[in-house]
Amino acid sequence: MVDVDDVVMGGAADTKPAAQQAPPARLQPWVEKYRPKTVDDVAHQDEVTNTLKGAIATGVLPHLLFYGPPGTGKTSTALALARTLFGPDTYRDRILELNASDERGIKVVREKIKTFAQVAVGRATHQAGYPCPPFKVIILDEADTMTPDAQSALRRTMETYSTVTRFCLICNYVTRIIEPLASRCAKFRFSALGQGAMLDRLSYISREEDVKIAADGLQAIVDLSGGDMRKAVTAMQSASQFYAGAEVTPEVLVDIAGKIPAEVKEALWSAIKSGSYNKIVAAVDDFMSSGYPLSTLLEDMQEATVADTTIPDHKKADICRRIAEADRCLIDGCNEELQLLDLASVAARSCCSQ
Amino acid sequence: MLWVDKHRPKSLDSLDVHPELTTRLAAMSEDGEIPHLLFYGPAGSGKKTRVLALLKRIYGPGAERVRLEHRSFKTPSNRVVELTTVASNYHIEMSPGDAGIYDRYVVQDIIKEIAQNRSISASMGGGGSDDKKSKIGHKVVVLVGVDRLTKQAQAGLRRTMERYTSSCRLILLCHSPSKVIEPVRSRCLGVRVPAPSESEVCSVLTSVCRKESLTLPPALAARVAKVSKRNLRRAVLMIEACRVQQYPFSEDQEVQMTDWENYITQLAREVVLEQSPRRLLEAREKLYELLTNCIPADIILKTLTRELVKNLDCKLWGEVFKWAAFYEHRLHMGSKEILHLEAFVAKFMSIYKAYIIAEFM
Repeated sequence: MVDVDDVVMGGAADTKPAAQQAPPARLQPWVEKYRPKTVDDVAHQDEVTNTLKGAIATGVLPHLLFYGPPGTGKTSTALALARTLFGPDTYRDRILELNASDERGIKVVREKIKTFAQVAVGRATHQAGYPCPPFKVIILDEADTMTPDAQSALRRTMETYSTVTRFCLICNYVTRIIEPLASRCAKFRFSALGQGAMLDRLSYISREEDVKIAADGLQAIVDLSGGDMRKAVTAMQSASQFYAGAEVTPEVLVDIAGKIPAEVKEALWSAIKSGSYNKIVAAVDDFMSSGYPLSTLLEDMQEATVADTTIPDHKKADICRRIAEADRCLIDGCNEELQLLDLASVAARSCCSQ
Repeated sequence: MLWVDKHRPKSLDSLDVHPELTTRLAAMSEDGEIPHLLFYGPAGSGKKTRVLALLKRIYGPGAERVRLEHRSFKTPSNRVVELTTVASNYHIEMSPGDAGIYDRYVVQDIIKEIAQNRSISASMGGGGSDDKKSKIGHKVVVLVGVDRLTKQAQAGLRRTMERYTSSCRLILLCHSPSKVIEPVRSRCLGVRVPAPSESEVCSVLTSVCRKESLTLPPALAARVAKVSKRNLRRAVLMIEACRVQQYPFSEDQEVQMTDWENYITQLAREVVLEQSPRRLLEAREKLYELLTNCIPADIILKTLTRELVKNLDCKLWGEVFKWAAFYEHRLHMGSKEILHLEAFVAKFMSIYKAYIIAEFM
């Protein structure tokens, strides 16, 4: 039998509190603390939850494939489903959760997954109040980062052991799951959370945790997170810890989220508009010593470029292309200062030579 | 002892710059509990100092009694890699980037081991002299230069951070957060430490000099602050160098730059003066000299670019920046640094020559 302690990962915080001393409540990540416990609690994904509730009632479950943008509740749904099916005690023996970004090799599929999938389950563990169907669930988180080879190795495993094991694949991009796997699963699409659903949940958490936050603060979190619930909750927790006791205002949130304040962007943008290299170099120096992440600036610059009405469209295209290149270069590990210098001078030339 | 170390603030209260940040850190660590933290900001802005002060605040003076340890570990390919760590009873500090491409194993083995073990020894207590210790059940791992870690190593960190929250906190330090993967960043509370302003640098310099019972003319302080590019560590080193040079200070005394910077300045001047294959050969020698003295290639390229444009017509700046960024990217993609540095110099020569011919002939 696979050592479950070794392989259960994402759910570690709530599946094994007894193993180590439980973290003080204040420090437990709210993301874990307020993770939906049952399928009913999952917000905004009504179509998915209704179908799954049917499956829970009958105890018949197909292989599942959850996909959608980050922070929309895919992992939460999978864990909640497993918990509702098996109950809190048997739950740990019946699921195997693999975070695919670490263990994605073909070796893991052949050894860990297969061994776990082969073992049959007894009926004896049946618990009152839970359907506890006679199969196990393997949750493969971030399945889209698995290599195609590892995915192919899963194909036969999924079919052969389907009597005792169900798979639940979770991914952001369904196109990166190979077709043979996708066709073996029932697909569920998770959509980005609407403003209403997020506001509800956030204000609930803020009441529970006693966070002083005004309505515009909540709205600011929703705007900053772009439908990503995890990001929103983390931002709120960070803000309330860092500014302990003080009210959480939109300005504080901008700071916490690592966003760049408007005046810093404005200073750089006006240097670019001036077309003077001396000013540009000075502005770049200032920006670099302020310590803001360049990757964030790139996003903002792209927005600013597109929104600007004074630059002709084909020039905008030039700037945007350079922004894209700079982004790529950053991923390759390039020096931020040189990239920004070049980007700024490209933008300046585009702005000033009409 | 260098002034930088001698006058490094030891506690949160004695930090000179960014008082607002200090208050917030102090408030947050009130009961000794902190989330994972990610400190980012340019060099010499006081990230490390702040972290050490924070640790002292949490664990008491015990956090200052550090010892140097050399850990060695074996990679799956049977290569032994050594890593130096600085540890107290409560924290351990290391720079996993030093292990190069083996940083993944550092993260997976060493850090994980520390994260697992510490909860036991911390809860066991040991000399119960200070009562703070027994209350805090976790230890802190300080990782320096997270932006230099490979993507795999960072991904490995991700899991460790989640699993051992109860026994271990990570404090990550880096220059450019763009190079830290989003999942790691979103698990930490990001703390931005901007470079101190020039006037802040000046006041720190003045206070250092007062402690050394020297008088510092304000004009000199201002010049050092400017030349050091708001890098506090450099500024203090520079002022100490000035002290060695002459005392009492005079307002117009020369502020000494480091040798390698002078070297690059000289190189830039030569390249602008003459563009010929012979010059290129000389430039190559200089570049080799810099590289063999362990100046990182991207720093060479950056400094060289800044020096080159100083002597140049503004019209050419854009072009020079373009190629600097281009070759700097190549530098990271390729394996032999000298080739790209040389290519940049050659490219510069050709741009400059073409410009001269077009303008004046």
